[in-house]
Amino acid sequence: MHSDLANGSVPTDSPPADKRSRKQQITVPSVTIRFVGDSGDGMQLVGTQFSDVSALIGNDISTLPDYPSEIRAPAGTVAGVSGFQVQFASTDVFTPGDEVDTLVAMNPAALKANLSSVRTGGHLIVNEDAFVPAELKKAGYTDNPLENDSLANYRLVKVPVDRISAEALKTSGLTPKQIDRCKNFFALGVVCWLYDRPLEPTLQYIEAKFAKKTPAVAAANKVVLQVGYDYSETAELFPVQYRIDKAKLPKGRYRKVTGNEAVALGLVTAAKLAGKELFYGSYPITPATDILHNLAGMKAHGVVTFQAEDEICAIGSTIGAAYGGALAATGTSGPGMALKTEAIGLAVMTELPLVIVNVQRGGPSTGLPTKTEQSDLFQAVLGRNGECPCPVIAATSPSDCFNAAVEASAIAIRYMTPVILLTDGYIANSAEPWLIPNVSDMPKIKVEHPTDATTYHPYSRNEDGARPWAIPGTPGLEHRIGGLEKEDITGNLSGDPANHHRMVTLRAEKVANVRPAGASYLMTGPEQGDILLLGWGGTHGAIKAATLALRAQGVSASACQVRYVNPLPQQLGELLKRFKRVLVPELNLGQLATLIRARYLIDVVSFSKVRGQPFAVSEIVRAANECLEGKHPVIAAEPIGKSEPATCEG
Amino acid sequence: MSITLPTAPLKASDFASDQDVRWCPGCGDYSVLAQTRKILAKLGQERSNTVFVSGIGCSSRFPYYMNTYGFHSIHGRAPTIATGLKLARHDLNIWIATGDGDALAIGGNHMLHLIRRNVNVKVLLFNNRIYGLTKGQYSPTTEKGTKTKSSPMGSLDAPMRPLSFALGVGATFAARAMATDVKHLEYVLERAAKHVGTAFVEIYQNCVIFNDGVFDYASEKDHKADTTVYVEHGKPMIFGKNRDKGLRLNRLSPEVVSATDHAADLLVHDEQEPTAAQAFLLSNLSQPSFPEPFGVFRAVEQDTIDTLTHNQIATAKSAAPSADLQDLLNGPETWVTE
Repeated sequence: MHSDLANGSVPTDSPPADKRSRKQQITVPSVTIRFVGDSGDGMQLVGTQFSDVSALIGNDISTLPDYPSEIRAPAGTVAGVSGFQVQFASTDVFTPGDEVDTLVAMNPAALKANLSSVRTGGHLIVNEDAFVPAELKKAGYTDNPLENDSLANYRLVKVPVDRISAEALKTSGLTPKQIDRCKNFFALGVVCWLYDRPLEPTLQYIEAKFAKKTPAVAAANKVVLQVGYDYSETAELFPVQYRIDKAKLPKGRYRKVTGNEAVALGLVTAAKLAGKELFYGSYPITPATDILHNLAGMKAHGVVTFQAEDEICAIGSTIGAAYGGALAATGTSGPGMALKTEAIGLAVMTELPLVIVNVQRGGPSTGLPTKTEQSDLFQAVLGRNGECPCPVIAATSPSDCFNAAVEASAIAIRYMTPVILLTDGYIANSAEPWLIPNVSDMPKIKVEHPTDATTYHPYSRNEDGARPWAIPGTPGLEHRIGGLEKEDITGNLSGDPANHHRMVTLRAEKVANVRPAGASYLMTGPEQGDILLLGWGGTHGAIKAATLALRAQGVSASACQVRYVNPLPQQLGELLKRFKRVLVPELNLGQLATLIRARYLIDVVSFSKVRGQPFAVSEIVRAANECLEGKHPVIAAEPIGKSEPATCEG
Repeated sequence: MSITLPTAPLKASDFASDQDVRWCPGCGDYSVLAQTRKILAKLGQERSNTVFVSGIGCSSRFPYYMNTYGFHSIHGRAPTIATGLKLARHDLNIWIATGDGDALAIGGNHMLHLIRRNVNVKVLLFNNRIYGLTKGQYSPTTEKGTKTKSSPMGSLDAPMRPLSFALGVGATFAARAMATDVKHLEYVLERAAKHVGTAFVEIYQNCVIFNDGVFDYASEKDHKADTTVYVEHGKPMIFGKNRDKGLRLNRLSPEVVSATDHAADLLVHDEQEPTAAQAFLLSNLSQPSFPEPFGVFRAVEQDTIDTLTHNQIATAKSAAPSADLQDLLNGPETWVTE
């Protein structure tokens, strides 16, 4: 938050970092900025670039891309608005920010769809050239908001982006359409000045991305970036420049990573640690497809990717590869998970190791394809025919997706079982700095393939309850597996009633006794107190930030973020009893809350939000305070239809 | 479970598992099982490198009766498991045992893509034109109007022709055999085993319980010479008890003519005909208008997805011989905090 408008403004005496800048600088701890425009305006690109630069100069960051599911909804309409939000700070950042300090809006529809997210007194940097009658009408404005007093509570900065870009590029040789597509870099130049970011990394990026194929476009983008920066300064758009110091992150080498990138890197790393090659079978589905894209580019590391004809083949191929001895994984989102259900049962029955990644999105059915939700927990834990348990791990942040993918692989191999890894659309697409692990320091994943025919039995078990992973090609170990019930030890077909009960029990015990390969939960605050905020998976950042805020207010609050959803952490039952109240914030209608009540007979309080958006920190703080007052917290009402309309592709 | 390790060349019986075969007495599947074991022994294949994958149905019990590796999966999904297995392990010889329901109804989509990708696996499609395991409902190959438990007034769906389907999606090997014609079946299976790519073999197989006699028209000794034509590469298509009838083309339509009067006009079988038009034509000939063809309709060489996949990986590896996982984790841009 800009601190010059809040308490604790800190005008700095230090000389400006850049000598071109002669403005007064104000140091603030953190800023949330959102770039919004048409889905073809390149907002994701400049948002990502701004985040990269901020991370490179040492800020902590957290990003939130937010785009419609149509690739190009009708231009200029509210449905077609695409946004990218980033919080960057000199302190630890746990979320992309509740309220927007600075909104960069390229057209009226973008302004209209996002204005409610901007805090009072925040900056509105607006492309005034787009506020013409036709565009205003498409956005549903009857009156030009730049010319009445409707924006009086904000710092409105009108910039003639179209005209200046066109003027700067009139000798570039580009067509008007090409020139039009450069203006996102103009906007980036403006905010780079406002927040004192260097242009150099972006100039290098433009060179690398465009120079080879379209040198004229590269040159033009560089020009408008610089023009935007200079215009910001010389036209005195802003009275002050803001400075955000480096964050004090733990020592080491960092990169920026999204959840989907981290899953891909985690899987390929796990394969390496297991001495295996990775097989990844998948069918494109939002928001999981980037895992496939990432892995498809890693062939030099021996990764086999297979784009299947459907979700069923995606998991079928994975089961086949696992049977053959590969580290095998598949990734999808909710509807695809539904299609994979029968095959997951087969993998449970045949006790083969595989990792199934579900990047959760808004459901049911096609739902909200590009939006986040946590509503597939029941599906992961319970959603199969028969007694069919598998371990379920939930990643808590973009970078945690790496650890979670490695752990899921290790557990799959150790226990010979499919493992479900739950991420969500939010952490999958969000980015944050990641302290890169040293591969040589990571523990190896032990793999055993039996070769001794005299002692081999397909369904014998080791001390973990796992059966041996005998792979085709091993002489003397020829055996048959399948979806029919097996006789204990021999693996022959068996319809014997007592054997079935025994096998069901053995499979259930195996999963119930899975020992975590990493932290089973993450704790914030002491392990006792007045209120525990119990969450799971990708809500970690918001719940942690809310808990720290509550503690700063003097509330005896702690948070426990569950990473191992099945089996639940061993200590969890005892932990819950050490708090007077337990609040369970979830992006669903109370799925973990239901599992917790069933398992521990503790009447936890559920706090639900199912809007396709992550929690705001303030929402959780408010809910916790209401819970402490003995009320049942309910998410604040928002008028329906205020934001973008539902989209229909998936 | 047998764990013997014979060192002498394997016999057909070495491919038999210790499980009792539980098909109905008189089922056509027994013959397919016997001929498959026989040709594997004949071709010197290793039990340990051979995998039978199946879906659900009577024929899908096949893997249990082979002393090789075996995977009895779920309904229709054998091609998916076989594809993943072959991509991960291109050293293995993989066979799929499937039926008309498993391969063409619930698993039709997967079969389509298996063939289109030319995955190097062999497909044994047991076609009995009925659902056996679920006790007698019509299948995708059941003749229209057939009265079954689920179609008491006659089935309404037009039947599909498995080989037309396979050829339509680019099968590089397509053949038909009759379970009771063991010598010819053995020949076709051997050809399939030797084919590099998806070998799609339709086997007419009588279900003695639910569809008994459905193939009598093409298997009974007294008339089969007149109702069938056995095609051989490079030879004219001649049939009949007296080898006096032949097939020729009249514009684009086939017709039956006297083999003696029109010897020069007769269609000559070409397995490698590049457009697959001739094979497709054969796949559409049926009784009673035409003799029903048996034999290898098409056998051409094309790249397999398993080889292409591994070639891409080899190319990527040789282009980046020092590809290091740590570099991959580091990514294009890193920064260090002190």
